[in-house]
Amino acid sequence: MAEAMIEFQSVTKQYQGGQPAVDGLSMSIDKGSITVFVGPSGCGKTTSLRMINRMVEPTSGTITVAGKDVSNEPAAQLRRSMGYVMQSSGLMPHRSVLDNIATVPRLNGVSRAAARKRAEELLDVVGLASTLGKRYPSQLSGGQQQRVGVARALAADPPVLLMDEPFSAVDPVVRDELQQELLRLQRELAKTIVFVTHDIDEATVLGDKVAVFAVGGKLAQYAAPEEILRAPANDFVASFVGRDRGFRHLSFNAADAVRIHPVKTVEAPELAAGNSEWAVVVDAGSRPLGWASPRDGAGLIPGGSLFRRGDSLRRALDAALSSPAGMGVVVDEHGRLVGVLKADEVLALIEETRHKREDAT
Amino acid sequence: MEWFLANSGTVFQRAGEHLVLALIPMVLGLLISVPLGQLARRNRTLRTVVTTASSLLYTIPSLALFIILPPILGTRILDPLNVVVALTIYAVALLVRAAMDAFDSVDDDLRMAAVSMGFKPAARFLQIDLPLSLPVLFAGLRVVSVSNISLVSVAALLGVGNLGILFTDGLQRTFVTEVVVGIIAILLLALVMDTVLVLLEKLLTPWTRAGAATARQDSQAAKFIADAEVHAEAAR
Repeated sequence: MAEAMIEFQSVTKQYQGGQPAVDGLSMSIDKGSITVFVGPSGCGKTTSLRMINRMVEPTSGTITVAGKDVSNEPAAQLRRSMGYVMQSSGLMPHRSVLDNIATVPRLNGVSRAAARKRAEELLDVVGLASTLGKRYPSQLSGGQQQRVGVARALAADPPVLLMDEPFSAVDPVVRDELQQELLRLQRELAKTIVFVTHDIDEATVLGDKVAVFAVGGKLAQYAAPEEILRAPANDFVASFVGRDRGFRHLSFNAADAVRIHPVKTVEAPELAAGNSEWAVVVDAGSRPLGWASPRDGAGLIPGGSLFRRGDSLRRALDAALSSPAGMGVVVDEHGRLVGVLKADEVLALIEETRHKREDAT
Repeated sequence: MEWFLANSGTVFQRAGEHLVLALIPMVLGLLISVPLGQLARRNRTLRTVVTTASSLLYTIPSLALFIILPPILGTRILDPLNVVVALTIYAVALLVRAAMDAFDSVDDDLRMAAVSMGFKPAARFLQIDLPLSLPVLFAGLRVVSVSNISLVSVAALLGVGNLGILFTDGLQRTFVTEVVVGIIAILLLALVMDTVLVLLEKLLTPWTRAGAATARQDSQAAKFIADAEVHAEAAR
């Protein structure tokens, strides 16, 4: 059992004349892990997050961080002891990237030189070139700004990081990148991260634990993401995690046991002319480029998603279903073709995994 | 030209007086308007009062104000203090609206980000609200500068020393050259002041030229200039 870092004890937030935004919330957040608050708009997830650093004061109940009641700490001091990342990067447009990152150390009285030095290190930590440090935020892309936002939150090396839908304003490709980057950072830094999102996919990718909030500020389920997808606590959670939850749940099962078949390869689509079967077109380094159809003259047909060895059942099934040839392309860690897998065999493996789980419980 | 060369000393002296009479109210106006604007932004009632009052104040003709003020302030009619007070009133009327617009132009998300990082209110105002308000504030200052320089000359009708004396004197003596010199001198003075303000703004707001992200503030500044010019027009 992990040690608790943040605890909510029957916390309620009621705005005047309305129903409660957060209603009797009691939960304990593990130290050194990522806890995701997820739910539809108006479910109180952001309010709950903001009560941790007293940007919102609870109507009743107590919140403790590392055993100390937050309401006893001066608000400004408390906030400086936690990193905060928000949806719009919230960077100060009139200060350089370095000075933005150095904000909290400067507020804490660290000298400008020392704070900038620390900021330079952090640029590297979040994967930004040091040349960007002298720029103004408006000269960066949305994804880069968000990285600066994360660097700024880390500047004073706080044990707790509060993230309020930090990646929801960037495009899906960048979001994916930022999520992976956050997981990589977390493996090194082991902060206690509370992450708010409305996207159940993001929640299951990032969360060690996921708290699903229902409208009216009630905690509907608090469990590991795998469990939430497999066994939703009630109808609300089931409908919120959505139609694809069966498919998403496959993310948590390895596909190591899937059979990999050999496949015919050609180096250029023209060479496939006269073939009786689909062939994978590969480059000189045997990396797959696409498919060549057995029908003449079709040329190079773009391939589906790739299954990298060690990926989940979800990736395996998707590779098979998205392939024009009905066979999922399998590559090794260097992106070189290994073989193909078949949808019916993936499905059989899924069934087998389910049986094993039944036997285990 | 000959007249100017012969009297350049007087013209420069008048220009100096003119500048002082225009500048002091501008600075005083700024010092009053920034805190007043910040207070009015938080208080709906105060905001309505300030907005209405600033519009009304500007409709008082300047000459009338120069004459009304001495009995109120207990000053002599020739006292330059009357001019300073009158122009400060006009400056506040313009700048307090500029200040409110300027603070409105600062992104609320950014204010929240500042709170989340542990800024205290005073530090937030000085380090975030104020610098980010500068583009819109400067737009207001430029209007006030031009408006003040033109209004100061009205005070010459009462005999308060400034470039406007060249008009009253030239008119009395039906000596056109002196009037023309006065006009040119006032224009030049306004131009110099405007240039100084533009350069000062560039110096203080280097980030505005760094990218497109400040387009919103620029458009607010443009809107404010347009509004303020209509007001300034009404006062003359």
